[in-house]
Order: sequence, then structure tokens, then C-alpha cells
Amino acid sequence: MNATSMTVAEGRIEWDRPARGRIGMFGLIAAEAAIFTIFVVAYLFYVGRSLTGPMPKDVLSVPVFYTICLLSSSLTIHLAAKSLRRGSVLSFGILWLATIALGAAFLYGTATEWHRLIYKEGLTISTNLFGTTYYSLVGLHGFHVVAGLVSLSIVMALTLLGSVGSEHAERVDVLSLYWHFVDAVWIVVFTVVYVIGR
Amino acid sequence: MMSTDAFALPRPELAPRPIVARLHDWVTTVDHKRLGILYIIYALVFLVIAGIEATVIRLQLIRPHNDFVSPQVFNRMFTMHGTTMIFFVVMPFLFGFANYLIPLMIGARDMAFPRLNAFSFWMTAFGGLLLYFSLVGANGLYGAGNAPDVGWFAYAPLTSRTFSVGHSTDFWTLALLVSGFGSIGTAINIVATVLCMRCPGMTLAKMPLFSWLNLVMAGLVILAVSPLTAAQIMLLVDRYLGGHFFDTQAGGSAVIWMHFFWIFGHPEVYVLVLPAFAFVSEIIPVFSRKPIFGYSVMVGATVAIGFISMSVWAHHMFTVGMGANVNTFFVLSTMAIAVPTGIKIFNWLATMWGGKIEFKTPMLFCIAFLFQFLAAGLTGVMLSVAPFTWHLGNSYFVVAHFHYVIVGGILFALFGAFYYWLPKMSGKMYSEALGKLHFLLFFIGFHLTFDFMHIPGLLGMPRRIYTYEPGRGWDVWNFIVTVGVFFQAAGILVFLGNLLWSHFRGKAAGSDPWDAWTLEWSTNSPPPAYNFASIPVVKSRRPLWDLKHPADPDWNYE
Amino acid sequence: MRSRGSNTWRVLLSQVAVCICGAAVAFADTPLSPTNIFAPASTPAKSIFGLSLFVLAVTGAIFLVVFTLLLYSVVRFRKRKNDDGREPPQVYGSNQVELAWTIIPILIVVALFMATARVIAIVQKTSPPSNAIEVTVIGHQFWWEYRYPDLGVVTANELHVPVSDPSHPTPTFLKLHSADTDHSFWVPRLGGKTDLIPNHPNTMWIDPQETGLYLGQCAQYCGTQHAKMLLRVYVQSKDEFDRWIQHQRQTASVSVTASQGQRIFETTACINCHTVSGTVANGRFGPDLTHLMSRATIAAGAAANTPQNLRRWILNPNAIKPGSLMPAMELNDQELDALTVYLETLR
Repeated sequence: MNATSMTVAEGRIEWDRPARGRIGMFGLIAAEAAIFTIFVVAYLFYVGRSLTGPMPKDVLSVPVFYTICLLSSSLTIHLAAKSLRRGSVLSFGILWLATIALGAAFLYGTATEWHRLIYKEGLTISTNLFGTTYYSLVGLHGFHVVAGLVSLSIVMALTLLGSVGSEHAERVDVLSLYWHFVDAVWIVVFTVVYVIGR
Repeated sequence: MMSTDAFALPRPELAPRPIVARLHDWVTTVDHKRLGILYIIYALVFLVIAGIEATVIRLQLIRPHNDFVSPQVFNRMFTMHGTTMIFFVVMPFLFGFANYLIPLMIGARDMAFPRLNAFSFWMTAFGGLLLYFSLVGANGLYGAGNAPDVGWFAYAPLTSRTFSVGHSTDFWTLALLVSGFGSIGTAINIVATVLCMRCPGMTLAKMPLFSWLNLVMAGLVILAVSPLTAAQIMLLVDRYLGGHFFDTQAGGSAVIWMHFFWIFGHPEVYVLVLPAFAFVSEIIPVFSRKPIFGYSVMVGATVAIGFISMSVWAHHMFTVGMGANVNTFFVLSTMAIAVPTGIKIFNWLATMWGGKIEFKTPMLFCIAFLFQFLAAGLTGVMLSVAPFTWHLGNSYFVVAHFHYVIVGGILFALFGAFYYWLPKMSGKMYSEALGKLHFLLFFIGFHLTFDFMHIPGLLGMPRRIYTYEPGRGWDVWNFIVTVGVFFQAAGILVFLGNLLWSHFRGKAAGSDPWDAWTLEWSTNSPPPAYNFASIPVVKSRRPLWDLKHPADPDWNYE
Repeated sequence: MRSRGSNTWRVLLSQVAVCICGAAVAFADTPLSPTNIFAPASTPAKSIFGLSLFVLAVTGAIFLVVFTLLLYSVVRFRKRKNDDGREPPQVYGSNQVELAWTIIPILIVVALFMATARVIAIVQKTSPPSNAIEVTVIGHQFWWEYRYPDLGVVTANELHVPVSDPSHPTPTFLKLHSADTDHSFWVPRLGGKTDLIPNHPNTMWIDPQETGLYLGQCAQYCGTQHAKMLLRVYVQSKDEFDRWIQHQRQTASVSVTASQGQRIFETTACINCHTVSGTVANGRFGPDLTHLMSRATIAAGAAANTPQNLRRWILNPNAIKPGSLMPAMELNDQELDALTVYLETLR
């Protein structure tokens, strides 16, 4: 929430309105949350209903390490944003890079899991209901991780070029909201796929 | 005393810029006013196209066993008519007016995210073009080029690769996916604009009802269009990646498509109607010369409608076999939404009560809206009674009901909005005589078509049939329904003629032709690119009333 | 001189009058429509009918009251010619009035809801009594398959059920399945519609109380020929129904004169889709033809069952029902004649 002072015909008055970048990001998060909700509902509805093929408990292995990576990246991005607000661009850059690395590690984990599932276990998106709902849900999340990493990398590149300073702290905060959302979605997806659905 | 004409910059007569430069300005614009006009022109074009599709449908159904078009063509006609009207006519109209008016009404210079605004418009526009490209691009068994024919709600498994050969269904899916991103972008923009860009003094409790209604509409778009996006992605996974979301042979469920679609589809109709309420809530007070009755209750009712609308979707599925308990729940939630909706009608009535009503064209359309929306709402209450819907669902009664809402309610309110705000957008008045002629023709046509359309439904006629059997008592009603189409078409032609007349011959409107009270009337007609010379400060819901009546301002009473 | 305003009122009032007359005609139990929902002949339809009258009365009353108030306000509070130019009293709201017109609609909703919940329970929570006839209905693009599992009968497109005496009801319970897309079974005089959805079996029941032929048609868009997936339900007395069942259980009659046609039938692709019991034809994709000639129509009601129509149909189904899934069999005239003769023997 920002209180802004405006000079208007009647002189200076205090006029308090929320920041539009933040509201816009909340709007985007709400829309994305609605999309994910539908995929989660489909996943839960179809648990146990596959007519054939590998079942979750036969082939899924819980990605504990990669989950820790992704969730820690929420911590690093939070610290990065705080650093930038304080004005220390260097620690911002390091923590930002750490966030990207942790996110990339998570994607690597997803990729190896999928490779194993497809080539060793024979589970593809067209194998059965489990395959369809699993790859769609985890894939949709992974796509959002990729989109997030692209945004984070652009900021990284700008930081390395020296264009990022403490005046951009608010925008970095807003971007980190998106990243936190992606992590929160993973908590839900993880619970649904690896805990409930197995 | 604020006369913003005094703030207008002098306009020296310059030679007009070359046409290419002017077109380039329009194509690259991020100005909310220009984007609003682009949305509106886009919607007008598709209104005519979808109207032609409706005419083809009605000509085929003018008598039983008619062979004006083949069943294949007919099925494409109703699919395209429904899809076009909802996504590429009514929604662009409403987004266009919202984009144009919200910043002006809240005293801002533009929307919160002007470039997102432009992006959203072009996504919507390209979505529509993609849908119509199917006429030449989709190839199926029936020869080169065919439009989707699965109905606008595209039930599974009819949309699977097995039953929808070729690419026509994919054009439907992709077109809506693309324009859905545009809709969500616009909605996010509206929310951010209304929450973050209001001028000083304009608390949420002091902003025009137009802004409130569009805010709630935007919230619904964010929450409801997203499920459709999800369902479209699932359908594409089924059709292209061998997925089984809706594949009943693999244990999948056709019913779950219906749930996902209607979780979108029902709030969608509130997305369509809330802005219509917005128009009416601005126009009726001005032409009754009174403030809106019960502003806070109107806001509360709107928010209630927004919330409840997310819980009624399965009243579109009463015949699907969800079980008695589920049916009963959705009966209750659907009836519940009738309460805040009815409250709104009473508040509009009370606004007119004790006023001095002037029957200018905008008001004529809004008065007709009140009567027609009342009737439409009541047929909706009838349909909320699930056992009644076991007969009337999927029949022409339902088709009559929703056209009564969308044409008799929303389109009439839109015509009212056109006549009310066109002078602001173009700076020129329209012809009152042509406006009243438009009203008369369209009113007669609307009632001929949609009043009588209820009857075949009551006599057992299902929807989406390319022909029907004689001897079922449906013939004469279908004939009358078709006749009404020609009156409506004539009305639309008069309307388009009035727009042209206004452009070439309309007299200057001035900034406030209606003696109205909200901020858009304080600036020039058309407004300059920067909207206001200085950002206004407001102290009540009707800032111009306060300026015009300094001895008796609204803020003493609110 | 008549002003434009009053012109509009005349139009408005005349339209209202027309609507009321039209509605009155529809509501009457008109024999002109065999599919009139207000002419119920079976308990589910009658329960719905009773409820619908209540609902129409309530909504009609609301309409009259609000309509009158709207009309009154528009006439009474119009700006007069001799207006003094002052603004009318600015009224901002009234909590009492708002409360009143919130409470009253809530009460109306409660009443409507209770009435509705009751009828839902009557229709949807009934389980079949032991003497009910059980029929499995399978919807296809674009025809109806009927199987009577307990009675050993398989037929198509024309459903026969026994009449039900209200004092000793013999209802018919239908299990609804689909072989392909979504369909919906709607015979208005017998009951509301219920959908046939693949992988989602539904049930409905009817207990028609008058014999006769009841019409309807598929009510969920299922593809190109959705419009011609017609329903014919023959409600018969107990004796007639039993006779019909006995007849349908017999295998196909064999006729020497039709042997050439039968040979054509059995050596072309016909047997891939159609069943004629007692012969080598046992396809399930198309309707069972064992007692084809016992039906009044062919192609789910698209044409009357006459030799000429039968021949036309086999020559090119798309000439009668364009988009039908039966392919044209590319037979010459002589083969067609022989085949028609054979089919005519399947009584």
C-alpha cells in the first residue's frame, strides 16, 4: 500500500491507493490459481480410475531433494529482494543467481524423473488417465517455472549490466510474488500427486 | 466554476496526416479511448456477421423439413453464431465501453497498464480472426474449409478426434484460448485501474456504479475464464497428445468437461450482464433526474451476485444425472441469486419513481431493458426449478430465455449506452428520429422472435435441430420467430445508418449534452488524449451535481 | 398530434397482449401437439406438471406486480410539457424499503425451493418395484437401441411399454447408456428428459397411464443428424405388450422367395453392423433388423417404413438422412430389389 501525496488544484492532500504493479500481479496469480485448481480437480477426480497401465504407487518416487531446492529458492528470492531494497546490489545479485540455480535444479529433477518414467516405466501422457493427468499437472507447473526462470534471467542479465538499483526494489518485489506463487503451487501439486494420489 | 472547455488546447487546423500514418497510430495505440473504439468497431463487424448466421438458422427453420441449408452447414451456423456473439461481439463491446469510460469516470489519465490493454485487444481480435479462418483453413471429411460444428459449449466426447474429424474443433479451441488470454489481461487491467487509479477523494464508496460493476465483472473474468482456458488445454492434450481427460473409452468422464465448461459458462453470463447493469445504472438516473436509489445496496447486491454466480453452474446440467441431492443444492443456489438480482430491478424502479423521465433514445432502450430483463429473470427462476428444466432444458424455451437476457437485456442496454456515450466519444449528436425508429423496429422484431420462441419449447421442441417434424404444433411459432428477424435486421441497419449520419451530419455535442453528473462529462467531447487538464478532486458520487448545485451538494446527504 | 412517446406505449401494450394470447394457447391441452409438456400422461410428467403450475403462478404474479409498477412509474413520472425545469426531490435510498424487497423475495425463494425439492425426491429417489419392466436404452449416432434383459428382447428405435394402472402400477424403468456421444431421451408427455452419456449410466422411469403412441426426440446435440433421432414410444395394454414381446423374441422368419436377397445381405458388409437373429448376421453397430417390418418407421423416424423408402435408404442413406453413419452400399438395381424383398420378410 502506498500513500501518495498529490498536488492538485486544492493543494497537497494525502491520497492512499494500492500500487498497481502489485494489484496486477495479484490478478495474474488469481487467474493462474484458477487454472491450476481445475487441473488439480481433474487429477483428484481421476485418482484410482485408470483402467490400465502403471499406477502411481508403482512408478512414482517422491522428489524430496528437488522440492527442497525449489522451496529454498523462495527464501533466496525473498532475501534478494530485501538486499536490493537495502541497496546492496552485490548480495542481491548473488542471491538472485542462487534462486535461478535452485529453480534450474528443480527443472533438472523434473526432467530426469520424466525421462525415467517415459523410457523405463513406459508411462506417457497417452498411457492412461494417471499419465494424462500427471504430465499435464506437473507439466503445467514446470512451464510456469520455466516462464519464471526466463523472467529471473532477464533481471539477472540487467543486473550484470549494472542497470538494476534500489529504485527497482518494488518491481523486483512484484516479480518475486510470482515466484512465491510458483512455489506455493508446487506445495499443492506435491501433496496431491505424491501424497494423496499415491 | 469548472468549465473544462476553457482548459482545451487550441486546435489549429492542420493538414490531415497521411492515411498510412493515421492507421499506424491506431494500430500501435495504447490510449484507452482508442482501444475502446477499436473494440467497439470490431464488435460491430462481428455483430453483423453473427446476425447473418442467425438469419440463416431462422430461414432454415421457417418451416418443417426445409432444405435451405444442409444439416452440416446448419450445425456450423449455430456453433459459430453462439461462439461469435459471446466472445467476439458482446465481450468486446463491453470491454470497449469499460476501457473507454472507466479512466474518465474515475478521473484518471489512462488504464493502469496501457500496453497490456493493447496486447489484450489484439489477442481478442486475432482470436476472432482465427475462428473465422476455419472457414478456409480447416479440412475435414466434408471438403476444404469448415467451421466448427460442435455447438458453442462443445460437449465431450463429440469434440474428440473420433467424432470431430479434421481441424474445425481445433480452431474453436485455439480461438477461445487466444482470446481468453486477452480477456484475462483486460480484466487484470480493470481491477488494477479501479483499485489504484482513482482520483483524490474518490473512495470506493464514491465511485460510479459503472466502475463497481465492471470491477466485479473483471473479478469474475479472472476466476471464470481461467477454468475455460484449463479445459481448452485439456481438450488439446486429448486431441493432439493422446490424452484421456474426456476419453470415456479409457475411463475418462464426459461429465467433467461439462463441469469445467459451466464453471466458466455460468459466471460468463454474469460477466456479460453486469456491464449491462452498469450502463443502465448510469443512464436511468440521468434521464429520471434523480440519483440512483440505494447505491450501497446496489454495490452489495453486485458483490453478492458475483459470489453466488460461482456456485450455480450445474443448473446447466440438471438432466445429466448428478443425483437428487446435487440437483437440489444447485436449485437452491440458483434461486438464491434471483434475490440480489431482483433487488437491483426494484432499485432502478425506485430511481425512476418520483423523477422527471425524459424519453430520449438511451432511456427508451433502458426502460425496455427493465421490462425485458424482468421477464428474462423470471423465466430463469422457472428454469431454476430442476424438474421443470427436465422438460425445458435443451429446448427452445432455454434458447428463448437466454436470448431474452442477452438481446432483450444486454443488447438493449448496449444500444442505450451507444446513444448515451456516442456524443462523448465522437463529439457529435446522433439523430433522435433515427434513434427512435431503430428502437421501434428492433423492439417489434425482438418481441416477435423471442416472445414466441418460448412456445415451441413448451411444446417439446429441442434445440440445435436443423429441421423439425410437422404435426408437432411447432410450425406457426417458428414462422413468426423467423419473421421477427427481419425487423431486427432493419433496426440494426437504421442503427448503423444513425452512426454514419452522426459522423457526417451530427451537430456538436459539447462536453455535457445530457446534463449529467459523472466525471466523463466534465471533459471535452471527444476528450483530449490526456483526458483531464488537471486531475479532479471529488467529494461525492456526483461531482458535477455538486458543481452545478453548490448550494445543495450531494456530500451533505451521502 | 400523437407524440413519439405514446406511440411506443401502444406498441408495448400490443406486444404484451400478443404474448399473453400466445401463452394461453400453448398452455391449453392442445391435441395439436403430441409433445406438449402440459399434457402429462405419466406420474413423473404429472408431478412436474403440478409443480410447473405452481411456479408459473408465482412467477406470473411477480411479473404482473412488477410490470404494473414499472409501467405506472414510467407513465406517472414522465416529464410533462409544462415542466418548470427544476430537478425533482433527490432521494438517495431507504433502508426500510430495501429490507422489505429483500425479505419478500427470500420468502418466495424458500417456498419455491421446498416445492421443488419435494418433486426432485419423488422423481429421482424412486427405486423400481419388483414388477417393473426393465429396459436398457443405448443411444447411438443417430438411433436408439432397446434391450429388455429380463425378457430376452433386442430391438431398435420404437419402444414398447405396458400401460400402468394407477392403482396397481407397472412402471418401466429405463437404464440409459451411450455407445458414442451424449444423447438425451425426451418424450414430453411421459417425463422430463434424462441424458445418455458414455461411461455415465443414468436411470429414469415412466408409468404411462393411457395407451397410445407418444413422440419425442433426442434432446442433446450429438452430431450431424441429431435432429432426426426421433423417439416413438408405444404404450400398450398388458395383452398387446405380452404379444409384442413374444413376437420379438422369435428368430427371423425364413422365406424361400427371399433367399437371393438374404444371400446378398449375408455376403456383403451388412452383417458387420446389423443383427438378424437366427442367421449369421450379428453386428452391433447398427439397429437390430430381426423384426424390421414390425416398425412403422426406419432410420429412427426419418422415413416411413415402406418398400420404396427402404430401397432408397439402402441405395444411399445420405439421401434421406445426410450425415447418417450407414454407408451407401454401392449395389446395383437388381441387388437392391432382391435385398428389399428380403428385408420385407423380416416381420
